[in-house]
Amino acid sequence: MTNAWISGTIVAVLAGAVGFFVVLRGASFPAHAIPNGAFAGAAGANLLGLNPLVGLVSFAIMAALGIGATSRRTRNDVATALSLVLMLALGAAFLTLSTQYEPAINALLFGEILGVSSSEILPVVLLGALCLVVLVLLFRPLVFTSVAPELAEAKGINATLIETIFLVVLALSTALTVPVVGALLTFSLMIGPPAAARLFSSRPSRAVALSVALALVTVWLSIAGSYTFNLPIGFFVGTLGAVLFLGARLWGALRSRRQRLVIA
Amino acid sequence: MHWLFEPGLFANHSVRTALLVGAIVAVVSAVVGIFTVLRGQSFAGHALTDVATAGGAGAFLAGVAPLVGFVGGGVLGAGAMDVIGVQRVKGRDIATGVVLGAATGLAALFLYLSTTQSSATGTTQLILFGSIFTVQSSTLPEVVGLGLVVLVTVAVIGRPLLLSSLSTELASARGVRLRALGLIFMVILAVSVGLSAIIIGSILSTALLIGPPASALKLVRRFGAGVVLAVFLGVGATLLGIVLAYDSYYWFASHRGLPVSFFVVCVVVVEFVLSSVAQSWRRRRVPASPRAAVVGNPVGWH
Repeated sequence: MTNAWISGTIVAVLAGAVGFFVVLRGASFPAHAIPNGAFAGAAGANLLGLNPLVGLVSFAIMAALGIGATSRRTRNDVATALSLVLMLALGAAFLTLSTQYEPAINALLFGEILGVSSSEILPVVLLGALCLVVLVLLFRPLVFTSVAPELAEAKGINATLIETIFLVVLALSTALTVPVVGALLTFSLMIGPPAAARLFSSRPSRAVALSVALALVTVWLSIAGSYTFNLPIGFFVGTLGAVLFLGARLWGALRSRRQRLVIA
Repeated sequence: MHWLFEPGLFANHSVRTALLVGAIVAVVSAVVGIFTVLRGQSFAGHALTDVATAGGAGAFLAGVAPLVGFVGGGVLGAGAMDVIGVQRVKGRDIATGVVLGAATGLAALFLYLSTTQSSATGTTQLILFGSIFTVQSSTLPEVVGLGLVVLVTVAVIGRPLLLSSLSTELASARGVRLRALGLIFMVILAVSVGLSAIIIGSILSTALLIGPPASALKLVRRFGAGVVLAVFLGVGATLLGIVLAYDSYYWFASHRGLPVSFFVVCVVVVEFVLSSVAQSWRRRRVPASPRAAVVGNPVGWH
């Protein structure tokens, strides 16, 4: 149980921080595609008898670089869709070839936070810290290229380089989150809390902090709910993310109506 | 041709059904997919497969016909995406993401409940990856019917839809009601994706929706030719993939065939890579003519 809380907390901090930039840059589709690509890597590593984390990290980075390279010549969403289906098809082939049985697949897709062992926590902490350091160092150019791409280019910021680094950070952090919350819900954690946080605050630094806080609340509540009601954690993460976002939308609508009343 | 067609291929009943159903789904996906690619809605097109899958899992749990769950779930998801805000491009991405996140959460719950209640092994995999070889020929009329509804609707709204996909300003100046048209398109997309997700699985659904149209748009400039080429590429990939998957049973000593989705996706990706190469060749050999400079790529499809 302690392991679940520790790894869940790390994952939440990471997903909240990375997710803010995912929402800011409109990169939801890559954020969905990369964890799924990583899932195929885990299946492949399993087939070869390697550590799943090796497969996860290498496939996630391959997916990120593939999306980055193809989207220079094609529409971004088409490149992402095709990279995604290729990865998933490879995953399907790996699964048929190995004698993997269903619970293991479910764990990879939907997460097995209660089964995280102590030896799995150390690499998650180290790689997670690395991702956070890169995000802090690149905070200004990341915000700049997302909010005002033309201006950033005029200032001499290499947007392609920033985009590639961002995709690799996204890949690394999703590779870490997949074994904990699963491929499908890594994504929910990266969209719901940050999208809600952006609606609450327009100042980047405050929105990042809020996004991390909301992600933490989501994960903690989900672990508690999953433990209490004996239901999959993915259900709680997915629905809580959507509830947070809808709550933020409602709050925004109420506030703008009140402002309009004050002006009138 | 003996190396390609293993003995007994066409005599096999489930292979014949697979070829027929696969071709129908490929045609519908290609036609809807052209608009999806032009409108930049690949993410919604993919997300709806997962939303439809959640509907399918729910139907399985409730004991309702799976087709109802898939199509109903997809249409509900499309409506939710539209309400949250599919109109603005960046907001659209987030709305799609939020709906997708909620749907995967529900799918996790439904699958968990149905596997613990009835211990139906293989459901997860079947729902995710689909298996065209297990399609019952009795579902054929429903598939054909829904496919026809989608195609007829596209034919009716095709012209204003194309205009609004290429230029929203021009379309609204001509009096096209963008909001209503966008919603109708999302519903068509949901039905088509739900239909293909139940038959060929969510991987192939996205592959056939995006791959062949994207390749076709790289090769031809005229819209009508693009539709025809996309249909041709989609059907070709499906049929070749099914045949290869059937053959693969004989490739390994263990007699463990590789999945259809793997082969179809490989063919789709190869088609896309080849058309990208062909496009860059043509660009280098034929420098833009004065006419092409005026008419040329008004849409920005690359």
